[in-house]
Amino acid sequence: MEIKKTSLNKLHQINKAKFVEFAGYEMPIQYGRGIIEEHKFTRSHSGIFDVSHMGQLFIYGDGSLTEELEKIFPLDLKNLKLNCSKYSFLMNEDAGIYDDLIITKIEEGYLIILNAACKDKDFEILSNLLSSKFKMNLDNNRSLIAIQGPKSVEILNSIINDVDKLNFMTGNWFDSDNQKLFITRSGYTGEDGFEISISNDKAEKFVENLIQKGAQLIGLGARDTLRLEAGLCLYGHELDINKTPVEANLRWAISKSRLSNGGFIGSKTIMSQIQDGASQIRVGIKPEGRLIAREKTKIFDDQDKQIGEITSGTFGPSVNGPIAMGYVDKDFSKVDTKILIEVRGKKHPASVCALPFYKKNYVKGVN
Amino acid sequence: MSEVKFSKEHEWITLEGDVATVGITKHATEMLGDIVFAELPEKGSNVEKDGTAGVVESTKAASDVYTPVSGEVVDTNQSIVDDPAKINEDPEGGAWFFKLKIKDSSELDTLMNKEEYDKFAKETSN
Repeated sequence: MEIKKTSLNKLHQINKAKFVEFAGYEMPIQYGRGIIEEHKFTRSHSGIFDVSHMGQLFIYGDGSLTEELEKIFPLDLKNLKLNCSKYSFLMNEDAGIYDDLIITKIEEGYLIILNAACKDKDFEILSNLLSSKFKMNLDNNRSLIAIQGPKSVEILNSIINDVDKLNFMTGNWFDSDNQKLFITRSGYTGEDGFEISISNDKAEKFVENLIQKGAQLIGLGARDTLRLEAGLCLYGHELDINKTPVEANLRWAISKSRLSNGGFIGSKTIMSQIQDGASQIRVGIKPEGRLIAREKTKIFDDQDKQIGEITSGTFGPSVNGPIAMGYVDKDFSKVDTKILIEVRGKKHPASVCALPFYKKNYVKGVN
Repeated sequence: MSEVKFSKEHEWITLEGDVATVGITKHATEMLGDIVFAELPEKGSNVEKDGTAGVVESTKAASDVYTPVSGEVVDTNQSIVDDPAKINEDPEGGAWFFKLKIKDSSELDTLMNKEEYDKFAKETSN
């Protein structure tokens, strides 16, 4: 299959991107300055991320759409206000996760942002679950641009008025350059920022404009170190079909009102795991010293018994040390529990720690 | 000091008497990206030509460091363990990895000179 390119591909090349294949797309892993510089620039200034490979699924329908979606997602969608977003999951009957996603209530429907590697399967699953009377559009004509970091609000607001009035996890339509952009205040870095859905033919010019105002393109490499410092899950690593939201320590994303009555796919497993506790749980892990524990690193107790596995691990540029996430048996999931990680055949000390590794306050309201 | 020689695994080596100094090339650091971790062989240990003699890790991945010749490790550069970013800054100078008392100087004959290595690096990165 031919590798797919986003509408910013040329701009990436001009900015000296190193490319990798990701979910069938040619995507920039880093640019000339390198992952650490890109990471730090995002934390201190403003980084632009091409996330156009992700799926933008628009679903339109009448009131019964909300009812049908509530049978799928563990959310209180009836009480979700217009332009408000929620983090959620598409699950199977055993609460195994097909994908994690952001769903936003828009006029006459919903916008769902899906992971690139999962979007086609998600579309198929949702098409089968939902009545055919609803209009579903996995829109390939729109690009998705994230802008993240403390200067992002000022930069974006200088191009599009009033984006600074958006609260965290809300969105709206904005007019710019004779077209409609859907912008949400959200992100994946632990920084304040926005995600902008824009038609493909306008994306390059829009990003050039952001660059001119001082923001810089950031690759997937720094996106990974940023999200890991922020303690955020990456599908295919922390989350997959064999993990449930309870095991992934994402219970907070399940609406309380849905826990009492269930009625969504996977609810039986979720409710029993909440009651009895999951046997394994996702935790933060801090290796001692500078040692990096990568994905699939085995975790042991001091009796040489394997108690878990690392799902993501790297060096955190802002915390200036190694960081990781992984799953451990619930008896070892308390913060400060001492564990051992096996790297290159030797066991090294590490400890379970609180997430996130790096915390900044998101903008909650309008100042 | 002898001419700098290079291996296909992107190490450089110089010889002074029977003691060789080994590091990784600038080209290697450019391919690896930001180096955030380094592990060196133990002083006093013996390493075999083309065998593993250390590890470097970037934000992206771990890579083994090989020794271009056999010998006994007589010194290691602790400063790159404490501050791995030095490897990106000065890979072919201050950020050497280890010194070896070499066994057989003829092993150096199999290595590339600068011109050959530059050509090799250019070809393999395309």
